Amino acid sequence: PAFGLFIFTIARDPLRIIILIAGAFFWLVSLLLSSLIWFIAVKASDPQDERLQKGLLIFGVMFSVLLQEAFRFLYYKLLRKAIEGLVALSEDGCSPISIQQMAYVAGVGFGLMSGAFSMINLLADALGPGTVGIHGDSQLYFLTSAFMTMVLIFLHTFWGILFFHGCEHRRWWEIAAVVIMHLTVSGSSFCNPLYVGSLVPSYLLMAAAAAWAYLLSGGSAQNLRRFLLCK
Amino acid sequence: MITFMNNSDSEEEPCNERTSLMSAESPPVPSYQDGLQASEAGEAQAHRKRRAGSSRGPNNIAGGEMSGSGVPVRESTLENEEEELTLKYGAKHVIMLFVPVTLCMIVVVATIKSVRFYTEKNGQLIYTPFSEDTPSVGQRLLNSVLNTIIMISVIIVMTVFLVLLYKYRCYKFIHGWLILSSLMLLFLFTYIYLGEVLKTYNVAMDYPTLFIVIWNFGAVGMICIHWKGPLQLQQAYLIMISALMALVFIKYLPEWSAWVILGAISIYDLMAVLCPKGPLRMLVETAQERNEPIFPALIYSSAMMWTVGMAKPDTAARGTSQQTWDAAEDGREHLRSPSHAESQMSETRSPVPTRPITSLEDLEEEERGVKLGLGDFIFYSVLVGKAAATASGDWNTTLACFVAILIGLCLTLLLLAVFKKALPALPISITFGLIFYFSTDNLVRPFMDTLASHQLYI
Repeated sequence: PAFGLFIFTIARDPLRIIILIAGAFFWLVSLLLSSLIWFIAVKASDPQDERLQKGLLIFGVMFSVLLQEAFRFLYYKLLRKAIEGLVALSEDGCSPISIQQMAYVAGVGFGLMSGAFSMINLLADALGPGTVGIHGDSQLYFLTSAFMTMVLIFLHTFWGILFFHGCEHRRWWEIAAVVIMHLTVSGSSFCNPLYVGSLVPSYLLMAAAAAWAYLLSGGSAQNLRRFLLCK
Repeated sequence: MITFMNNSDSEEEPCNERTSLMSAESPPVPSYQDGLQASEAGEAQAHRKRRAGSSRGPNNIAGGEMSGSGVPVRESTLENEEEELTLKYGAKHVIMLFVPVTLCMIVVVATIKSVRFYTEKNGQLIYTPFSEDTPSVGQRLLNSVLNTIIMISVIIVMTVFLVLLYKYRCYKFIHGWLILSSLMLLFLFTYIYLGEVLKTYNVAMDYPTLFIVIWNFGAVGMICIHWKGPLQLQQAYLIMISALMALVFIKYLPEWSAWVILGAISIYDLMAVLCPKGPLRMLVETAQERNEPIFPALIYSSAMMWTVGMAKPDTAARGTSQQTWDAAEDGREHLRSPSHAESQMSETRSPVPTRPITSLEDLEEEERGVKLGLGDFIFYSVLVGKAAATASGDWNTTLACFVAILIGLCLTLLLLAVFKKALPALPISITFGLIFYFSTDNLVRPFMDTLASHQLYI
């Protein structure tokens, strides 16, 4: 689905592609920094202590989430400047791409990159021979990974829209809501062999975020009905 | 503007290059180019290839350049429109370059992942004589540095030789060289490549079929690159050639040497293009003085040049977008400083102040195309291919390097739009790529692996 989003909505306009790649880049940098921190922490601590390692991992995850949101903010700042430049240079005084579109594309960029990083090694291994869950782990590993990744990609997209909207209108509670949602989703993945605990809340949150983003982007129930009935 | 367009009509052989250069510099846009340096690759068979990399951004309608003379109001509005058109089309150019670079990388990565041949160590080039199989780390490092020094000096010698040849107008020699090297590349390397691919997939092919296939491929390639041909076909051939060359590099360069060479080449590229006495820069300036395009077959061009009111497209533009493998030289593409172009342009602009805007825009659509040197393609692909081949984090690292290179390319094109002169396209991208490669391989990989094993998501 994420690729479908990409092809249908982004691939046409070169500016959007650039914004997408830049968004992916920002996510990558945030990942880099957070893994640097985690790495240092791990090296500085005792590798034998299981609980400490797990604790460090949790810390790493939380820190990474916060860093991702920080980078989303930075990206927002960059895009604001870029949009000012584009407006100044455009013929009719309005930029060729609106901030909402940018928010959407940035969200997709973040999402695609995070999804790619989560899934791609899995996919490569999945091509090879093997049995899933042979050591007593869950047999649904691949399936749940796929679903979780998909939900995360969508969530990033919606968070992008919400986040940028919050920054635009200076509603700090929106931004805080995005951060909290992100933390919740990541946190829910901690109870992960118990898939019910992680997938279900994530999907619910995604539905909520989707509705919220849709409303923010100017949609309404009427639009939806009209669209579905092909009026 | 009109005058230049008419000039580009001529069909004489030397004018092919000349016209493409001129149409690239057609007023009122100064041409800007990215210079990439050509790096030299040698094969064990003692053929040397030449790569030139430079990218050129043509026709930037940056009216801002034309300051200097008393710019009438009309021209200033023209300039504003030109500037904004520049940036508007800027995004398009970036994409026009993204696509071939991406394609090249995809081909290289796909081949590396599937065909075993290119990751086996079967010896080294004569340009990198020091082996890396030494027991101690220090020794290995020393060997790789020595390898790099040898390689870079070979490239420098080759480039200076090329510049001298160009300066003293030994065009026939250069042409012959380029043709010979592209011939070798098209036939020999393709043969090897095809053989390996067929071996991997266990597909049998008899010799006559093979002969026919390779002959057709090679002949069409030669024609397309050195003469006329559809733009897309030419671009496809250039991508194929770059991918083949990158694969050769990946195979035959020892590990640490490859990384050090990548770093050193970007530094060299930076210096060769930007320093006043740098060979690439001299090449560009000489070519600019003579109003000739830089060598055919060393550059990838993303668009053809068309002129308003002319029936046939500017074939010269195609001439410049070829790559040549030079058997003994590296080609380096220089960037031309827009100063020469601008002075010419400002003179010719004044007699045509009433050129309507619409035709300007018509022209622009076709004339805009950014040129990137083939050496750049090759080194980008080498970076990503090496990441795919040797990184233990596999796809994550490859993906990270890919994004880093694309962002570097974006930034370089942005700088091009700002500075409007030839710029080296290697340093920024390669720097980003190297940083991301090493950091992803060492830092991100353990993190992601641990996350994946616990199925945590960030």
